[in-house]
Amino acid sequence: MDKISFEGYDTKNHFDEMFDADMKVRPHYELFRKRIEKMDWKKLNFLQHATDRAQLSLGMTFNVYSDNQGIERILHLDIIPRIISGADWDKLEKGLNQRITALNMFIADIYGEQKVLKDKIIPAELITSSACYLKECIGLKPPENVWCHITGSDMIRGDDDEFYVLEDNLRCPSGVSYMLENREILKRTFPELFERLKVRPVHNYAHYLRDMMESLTPIQRPSIAVLTPGIYNSAYFEHAYLAQQMGAELVEGRDLVVQNDFVYMITTNGLKKLDVIYRRVDDDFIDPLVFNKDSMLGTPGLFEAYRKGNIVLVNAPGTGVADDKAVYAYIPKIIKYYLGEEAILKNVKTYICDEPDQMQYVIDNIKDLVVKQTDASGGYGMLIGPKSTKEEQAEFVKKIKAKPRNYIAQPTINLSRVPTLSDDTIEGRHVDLRPYILYGKEMKIVPGALTRVALKKGSLVVNSSQGGGSKDTWVLDS
Amino acid sequence: MLSRVANSIYWMNRYLERAENYARFMDVNYNLSLEMHPGITEQWKPLVVTTGDWELYESSYGEPDKKNIIFFLGFDPNNANSVLSCINQARENARAIRPEITKEVWERVNGLYYKMKDGVEKSVWAKKDPRKFFLEVKETCQLLAGIYDTTISRTEGWHFGKLGQFIERADKTSRVLDVKYHMLLPSATAVGTPVDLVQWSSVLRSVSAYDMYRKKYGKINPQSICEFLIFDRNFPRSIMNCVEQAKESLDTISGHKNDQLNEADKHLGMLKAHLDYSDVQEVLSSGLHEYLDDIQIKLNNVSVAIFESFFSTQNILKRHTHS
Repeated sequence: MDKISFEGYDTKNHFDEMFDADMKVRPHYELFRKRIEKMDWKKLNFLQHATDRAQLSLGMTFNVYSDNQGIERILHLDIIPRIISGADWDKLEKGLNQRITALNMFIADIYGEQKVLKDKIIPAELITSSACYLKECIGLKPPENVWCHITGSDMIRGDDDEFYVLEDNLRCPSGVSYMLENREILKRTFPELFERLKVRPVHNYAHYLRDMMESLTPIQRPSIAVLTPGIYNSAYFEHAYLAQQMGAELVEGRDLVVQNDFVYMITTNGLKKLDVIYRRVDDDFIDPLVFNKDSMLGTPGLFEAYRKGNIVLVNAPGTGVADDKAVYAYIPKIIKYYLGEEAILKNVKTYICDEPDQMQYVIDNIKDLVVKQTDASGGYGMLIGPKSTKEEQAEFVKKIKAKPRNYIAQPTINLSRVPTLSDDTIEGRHVDLRPYILYGKEMKIVPGALTRVALKKGSLVVNSSQGGGSKDTWVLDS
Repeated sequence: MLSRVANSIYWMNRYLERAENYARFMDVNYNLSLEMHPGITEQWKPLVVTTGDWELYESSYGEPDKKNIIFFLGFDPNNANSVLSCINQARENARAIRPEITKEVWERVNGLYYKMKDGVEKSVWAKKDPRKFFLEVKETCQLLAGIYDTTISRTEGWHFGKLGQFIERADKTSRVLDVKYHMLLPSATAVGTPVDLVQWSSVLRSVSAYDMYRKKYGKINPQSICEFLIFDRNFPRSIMNCVEQAKESLDTISGHKNDQLNEADKHLGMLKAHLDYSDVQEVLSSGLHEYLDDIQIKLNNVSVAIFESFFSTQNILKRHTHS
């Protein structure tokens, strides 16, 4: 049987994470290469099937339609890991630490004194016009004045070997269960690859998550829960997984009741008070009395209990304001303003359509740009200029002109590529990187991330809703 | 524990117990059909009657037909009690209570779901001999019950599961006995004939009681069979034993604070007293069917009372609203 080889592997015109332009293997991939080249194709394909089965068995599925006749799909886990050197990671960690610290100060300021607006670092209209800016949060101060407890920043590596932050994801970032379970599955199916590579462990995440939640309340042994929209939500597996790993209750809005501005769970033995909620329900839906009146996912009175300080919500409502894609453009300035430091992690050049000259540039160059809706996520509401038709471009120009505040544009960035198993061959596929940052009394980042991979040849869209898969991400010790 | 979660644990266990019973019914009935005259389809109709879904069957398929009945009881998504529907429901509930159960339990329930999916793709009901499939389903359910018992802590949740399992099991035993007894007894002339013996043996096998019955009574005899399946205190599928075990779990859950009985305690206690103070002669002379029918109604009342006492959020809020 043929042994695996990288002969003919194409690195042209892309930054490849494993090989340099001359097909020389990068040092942190050397040992991995030796190991995998001892293996034959048949075994590799067999192991790939074994990982598919393991995912089904674990129930790592999401519903495509929201009824029980719906199709359940797995997020394809490519068996070839993505490896990051210790040095790269340490820089990334430092950069994330800086960025999240500044973003948290920014959110606290926006709902507090608004110094950043008074000092004209960022135009006030940009904030007040943001769909994610919640007036209801003005004047609030969550415990430790921490707002963004869990962040899942989307990072990419460009042709210049530098990491960029693409999106900050400060609301309810998902995918961390895949980071954790991908590792478990790979350890089981592919143990021989791990030997002597010194992969940093990620399994403490749930432990840190619980610690973080407990650090936000003075109550000893607080009662904590994960709030889920329910079993038909596409991230339900993750909600259940995290609740289980933390030993927390998994609750739905209908399991809760608010009395005298305290939050209680409805149990077989009467009402039981809750102290901290990791809510995986968006701001709009947490409380029909304050936000979306038609929401069935929340609990009436929850926001008032939060306002009174009787319940801790993770993340705090209102963090989305720093997640607005137009605000994103100002983050280097925000870091400078609050910390007096240059941003360690780069931002992607961003054109704000609300600025007339920038809008004109976007319209003139739309075929080369990626246009994004400022309040959307998940790969929806975007146009990838180079891959779009004239009609699609014209339609976006119309949309931009009608509501310039709702759009930004960025140059198309060539995401780095990683060797990926594809129909009995190994080819480069584009990837991004989503590390998870926990912020309570202190900041904690487990050395790992979710790597999302665009499975279609040449595709730059890694979102699971658009045909993306995932990879286990190995951060090496050195 | 959360009322919604307790409700899901209760129903997950009921559905798994039901699925196991149905899978066993199919296996036993198929064996039985092998020894009957080929033209007789009748032994398949009582099976559907046992499940209480004869009307639904008749309106969809008309005449009893082996293949249709195997599909209806095994795989029909429109039959809420088919093995397929039960396992889908069990899995939905298991998903909802994922943090309450172990990975081993979840993976088995999930595995059953994929097994049923596979059965649908392979049209098992159209196969010449579908027994292997149903036997595997039954064995997986039994394995699951074992894993459940050896990996889950004996807290409230476990007891709610047991409650569901035993109430379901008592109901199924009473239905098997009810229907088969009526089908078999009128043919007084056939008593003691080889065919009759085969039929009575199949009643016992339908509830996995053949070996334990033989050990206790030796001879196949309708009255002893009734006594064994209703009143035996030691056999784990007799109505008596199921009710006793259910009561033990309910007592643990309720804890009887201040000696205050809730509705569930009352109904289950009355059912147990009802069984304690009757015997097989009395039951047969006053009418077995009426007796079993009454048991089924009482079991249903217990289930409703459990819902009202523990699962209904409305009731709990009514009792616990701070003014």
